Amino acid sequence: MTQVQPAHFTSAGGIGTRLSDILWRHPRLLIALLLLPPALWLGVIYLGSLFALLAQSFFSIDHFTGLVKYEFTLSTYAQLIRPSNFDIILRTVVMAFCVSLTSAVISFPIAYFAARYARGAWRAVFYLGIMMPLWSSYLVKIYAWKLILAKEGILTWALQKLHLEWVLDAFLALPVIGGNSLSVSTAGTFIVFVYVWLPFMILPIQAALERVPPSMLEASGDLGATPAQTFRHVLLPLALPGVVAGSIFTFSLTLGDYIIPQIIGTSRLFIGQAVYQHQGIAGNIPLAAAFAMVPIAIMGLYLWAAKRMGAFDAL
Amino acid sequence: MHSDRAPLTLKIAAAAGLLFMHLPILLIFAYAFTTEDQSFQWPPPGLTLKWFAVTWNRPDVWAALGLSLKVAAISTAMALVLGTFCAAAVSRSRFFGRETVSLMVILPIALPGVVTGIALRSAFSIAEIPFSTWTIVLGHATFCVVVVYNNAVARFRRTSGSLIEASMDLGANSFQTLRHVILPNIATALLVGGMLAFALSFDEVIVTTFTAGQQQTLPIWMLEELVRPRERPVTNVVAMIVVLVTLLPILGAYYLTRGTDQVAGQGK
Repeated sequence: MTQVQPAHFTSAGGIGTRLSDILWRHPRLLIALLLLPPALWLGVIYLGSLFALLAQSFFSIDHFTGLVKYEFTLSTYAQLIRPSNFDIILRTVVMAFCVSLTSAVISFPIAYFAARYARGAWRAVFYLGIMMPLWSSYLVKIYAWKLILAKEGILTWALQKLHLEWVLDAFLALPVIGGNSLSVSTAGTFIVFVYVWLPFMILPIQAALERVPPSMLEASGDLGATPAQTFRHVLLPLALPGVVAGSIFTFSLTLGDYIIPQIIGTSRLFIGQAVYQHQGIAGNIPLAAAFAMVPIAIMGLYLWAAKRMGAFDAL
Repeated sequence: MHSDRAPLTLKIAAAAGLLFMHLPILLIFAYAFTTEDQSFQWPPPGLTLKWFAVTWNRPDVWAALGLSLKVAAISTAMALVLGTFCAAAVSRSRFFGRETVSLMVILPIALPGVVTGIALRSAFSIAEIPFSTWTIVLGHATFCVVVVYNNAVARFRRTSGSLIEASMDLGANSFQTLRHVILPNIATALLVGGMLAFALSFDEVIVTTFTAGQQQTLPIWMLEELVRPRERPVTNVVAMIVVLVTLLPILGAYYLTRGTDQVAGQGK
């Protein structure tokens, strides 16, 4: 603590002191002053842009002139349920669901070990082991998988050394998820999604598991439950809010991503890519805006359901 | 003291999970030295340091790096001001709309980046604002506020209000209290928040593609190379350098918040 000298403070009278007295006597004024810049920034610029976007989705595009018609219509939303567009939405939601589920399965042992058994130096290893991939560059992570999944890459090489390349070939021959090589298949897109969002799932599960008292698991064992039963009836229900909280991230991030399927995947579109293409090359802002509302609506429903399950306490 | 040993299957599953998270990033390091420049061939046919020199002499890489650093610095500065103000207001008292403020701050990262991006882009075109460094900054600062806010709010919560009252009782006015009592108390939280905001901005690509126009930040440069590869070895080297550079703020944030109950970086 620094030594404070009263003389130094009393000498600084004048306008500063008077202003400070006003702020001290009117805490509401202080709060208002503090909130003004962030409220202007987020409230006016950010929310304003979001509402402008929402408004655009109720306009439509004139197919002859290619210009936006500024008249209220729901026809743009009607276009979303056309088979070609609805397929995009369905594909993205199924992908988001599979990615969330797989991330949860892979995350659970890491989160459980970190929360319950990691002590001392291991605690630091796990903390940094989860944080470093979380904060590593998103594009570099995708690029790393492009290297791995490429036809001439390390995965094919490793499988050849193990004489297992027939497994990969059989897998790639599968319809829908297969393809020419893993880097141009839906399975590849899936792997990269899981990889990139994994830390976002681990952290909330770990937070939830850290709050489970070990005595509760011992009690379950003492009462005759097998480890599997303890997991099923004690640990999993207590960890579930964390899983749901993590899935909010994985679901939302998958719904909005357009870069991963563009770099590793097939030419079949996801919602993010549809938004990007309609606003860019096609210049159809209303349809892009309507597409952008889909993740917002789905996440709204998801958050509402998650809140009812108490998932926010685990954040 | 409860200290039983972890079951073997749990150990294996956790270790495998961590390896899955780290091996792909390590692979980048091997590729930075490969002599192969046409494909992603593994194992590398030979090793060379040549591509580091080639990368060093590429003006486009330097220009992209410069723009990225500039944008990250300005966005971080703005996020520090906005995030600290928000945190101070929220932690000082319960007021009407407090929950709304927290929600507002989190919204830019809770919504998919493509939504934020297209919303800002269409707002720019409606308001006829031309693309510039400032349009990129506008987008970045919006979602950087939350990391500063999260760190500052946690620290404000643990800073006792009686410290501020004691300072006032000893005759300091609000500004002196801010300078000599509040700022020293929240300094490390702001430093951590600032470093994480910087890392977030430095790495951002989704919102940036909508707000950059023709300008290239380093992630946009990488994205261009991924979509339309020109010189793969240069991309390899840049990728490796980016990995090394982003490690620094994370290690820094870890050492600064070690031993405290808050977990830096959870708010990404």
